[in-house]
Amino acid sequence: MSRSVLITTGVVVCIALTIPLFGNPYLTTHATRILIYAIFAMSLDLLVGYCGLVSLGHAAFFGVAAYATALLSAKIGVSNILISLPLSTLTAALVALAIGLLTLRTGGIYFIMATLAFAQMLFFLVNDSAFFGGSDGILLLTRFSLGTPSLSASDPVVRYYLTVAAAFLTFVFLYFLVRSPFGRILQGIKSNERRMRALGYSIARYKLATFVIGGALAGLAGHLYVLLASLADPSILDWVHSAQVLMMVILGGMGTLVGPVIGAVLLIELIDQAAEFTEHWKLIVGVVVVVITLFGKGGLAGLWAAVAARLGLARSQP
Amino acid sequence: MSLLETKSLSKNFGSLNAVRDVSLQIQPGEIHAVIGPNGAGKTTFLNLLSGELPVSAGCLQFEGHDITRWSPDRRANAGIGRSFQHSAVFEDLTVHENLRLAAQTQYPKSFGMLWPAEGYTDVAARVTDVIAQLSLNAAESTRAGELSHGEQRQLEIGMLMAISPKLMMLDEPTSGMSRNETLELIGILRRLSERHTLMLVEHDMDVVFQLAHRITVLVNGSVLASGTPEAIRADASVRIAYLGQED
Amino acid sequence: MQLSTFLIQLLNGLQYGMLLFLIASGLTLTFGVMGIINLAHGAFFMIGAYLVFQFARIYEWPLPLACASAIVAVVVLGSIVERAVLAPLVDRDHLDQVLVTYGLILIFDELAVVLWGKDVHAAEIPAMLRGSVHISDMIVYPVYRLALAGAGLVCAIGLYLIVAKTRIGMIVRAGSHDRSMVSALGINVGPVFALVFGLGAALAALAGILAAPILSVSPGMGDKIIIIAFVVVVIGGIGSIKGAFVGALLVGLFDSFGKVLFPTVSSLVIYALMALILVWRPNGLFGKAA
Repeated sequence: MSRSVLITTGVVVCIALTIPLFGNPYLTTHATRILIYAIFAMSLDLLVGYCGLVSLGHAAFFGVAAYATALLSAKIGVSNILISLPLSTLTAALVALAIGLLTLRTGGIYFIMATLAFAQMLFFLVNDSAFFGGSDGILLLTRFSLGTPSLSASDPVVRYYLTVAAAFLTFVFLYFLVRSPFGRILQGIKSNERRMRALGYSIARYKLATFVIGGALAGLAGHLYVLLASLADPSILDWVHSAQVLMMVILGGMGTLVGPVIGAVLLIELIDQAAEFTEHWKLIVGVVVVVITLFGKGGLAGLWAAVAARLGLARSQP
Repeated sequence: MSLLETKSLSKNFGSLNAVRDVSLQIQPGEIHAVIGPNGAGKTTFLNLLSGELPVSAGCLQFEGHDITRWSPDRRANAGIGRSFQHSAVFEDLTVHENLRLAAQTQYPKSFGMLWPAEGYTDVAARVTDVIAQLSLNAAESTRAGELSHGEQRQLEIGMLMAISPKLMMLDEPTSGMSRNETLELIGILRRLSERHTLMLVEHDMDVVFQLAHRITVLVNGSVLASGTPEAIRADASVRIAYLGQED
Repeated sequence: MQLSTFLIQLLNGLQYGMLLFLIASGLTLTFGVMGIINLAHGAFFMIGAYLVFQFARIYEWPLPLACASAIVAVVVLGSIVERAVLAPLVDRDHLDQVLVTYGLILIFDELAVVLWGKDVHAAEIPAMLRGSVHISDMIVYPVYRLALAGAGLVCAIGLYLIVAKTRIGMIVRAGSHDRSMVSALGINVGPVFALVFGLGAALAALAGILAAPILSVSPGMGDKIIIIAFVVVVIGGIGSIKGAFVGALLVGLFDSFGKVLFPTVSSLVIYALMALILVWRPNGLFGKAA
């Protein structure tokens, strides 16, 4: 990593580590939620920002892992996250593999619509079935443990540090991934697919691998979400959820990894503040999204890119 | 054995026969030019060879293998490289990265996910080697989209050099180039032909007659004539159908 | 399955299919001609239903007048949206289109809440369409649903004639084949876009009006059906009216028979159908190869 990235990351991590020290339970929980969405948004950025795969069904993998976690706990009593985390992430990856195999045969608008439709299929699957708790979802009363029953993963501070670690590792993993030969191939695919094929790259394999990695990381976010919410309900599989995480990626700046993290903070704050201000907060969010996308070509993202270039965080920097 | 052979290759778009019944052989080591008036089906023909378009009828052999149903990437890996008529570089990526992506195909590390791509010194050496053979003025860190048209075309040929195909197919490599850039390119192509078999689809007659060992003339999708430059120059039907237009 | 069940499900499927066609045709036209993916197309469906509710129930206008006014109002609204928001997006990438039209959904859905509240409103079936008909001794079927299927069919035929026989239809076909061709033909694309978009909005509004007595009127009613319309378009092939028609019928019938044959997983049936078609024909039944 370049020095500026190291310093910035270090500062951010240090700030993140101090948050529970304020002793404000709301702040800690709020920060946990933001970090979970930061992971979710980074996982989508890998698809959209680096590989050019505009998925409108990314919540599917978040939701699948969340339901897997909830089911493991509710049905067979697996509340040790050392077991449920890998299992739920793996489930998300497998679902991503299946959906990817079907949708990646198409491109462009088809891909957008098909990913959206498959995610919605999962929504109906859980919404209409008693096994998945129907429209109420699965409410968990048990506490999650970390390895031994004595170490609770449901404790707000433990849970927070766990989420910080997950977000940090996700960032570092993706940071190296997008700079690796594999990551460069994704950027080539985004830039000019036809040219890549003529160079001899079999595009489908790389796209599928990307889709599965992105799905697994979204699954990680979904797993952490259940630790936080003690609930898996159909709304997390809804396409509105997919659209929200896409907005985070775009607001903060796609193809930067740092951008989606900032986008997660911005959108969550925007929604929270708007909701405090009026019950019709969706109106405000809608107008902000339309205006920023229409007029600020790049918008906050563009602004960020300029700042990032100065700080040496832009992706073109080695 | 010829390097590439087409047998009665045809391509229809609905009722339009863009390429009809083309049988052609490309010998190892030669520079083979395909010429023809606009709309003769030259680019379509090239797209059939590279696999961009599926063939309607006929078959294709490369080094004796039937490759008719192979995907473009499989053909590229087998040693058929091509450039595109409208420059197809990675505009958002740097010159270096364009060449690096091409060079990377030659080293089976493309699923490496951990270490930075720059760390692969064998790939980097290949990029340096290719850049030395080109005459680019722009820095390696320039975004390819900011290069001049002529330099983009050179970069594209550089990408081909980096994948070092047995057969290099170039779609109008000199189009839109200045006189000087064209002369430079002719030099580059001549050097390339020492190590690669070349197939050119070209408009510029000077380039074709200076370089080609053999010329195939396509008119309305069919082969009108095929032979040495001298034979083509002397061919009466070619004069009427094609060269006649220029006189 | 008994013959009577079969017939009723067949009629249900046809009727639902026709409804879907009215929405999907506008979606597929907007993409085929303008190259735009409009997630907010469902809003026209919802607004059409709400306006008829407003005009007919609250202002107590005669129903035909209320319906006509609602459609005109939606077309006007659609034209404003098209000019102000979508036209600038024509040359932008799909990502921007997705975000902006998603923003529009938030705005329109919330406006509906502001104007009409969160309550679900029932829409009345007009008196003359209220009864049932005896299809056989055993089978009774509501007149309204038959009328709905009939109206959808009439629109489908009308749309087919427009696309197949008129100049504007020729442009639409050319556009869905290759969008660059439209401007290459020297056609001023602005009015064509406006016309196509207005037509799509009108059809969606009509669908909303027709569906109101069956589905009831509520905020977000457009969001559910627009997803199904996406499935229709993916199945039929983007840009193709014929594809939208066949896709809509398939989805309508699969949904309707799925409810009887696989009651526990009925909502998954159409997605399974879509998955199969994606495997078999990645660009849809009538879509052009990428």
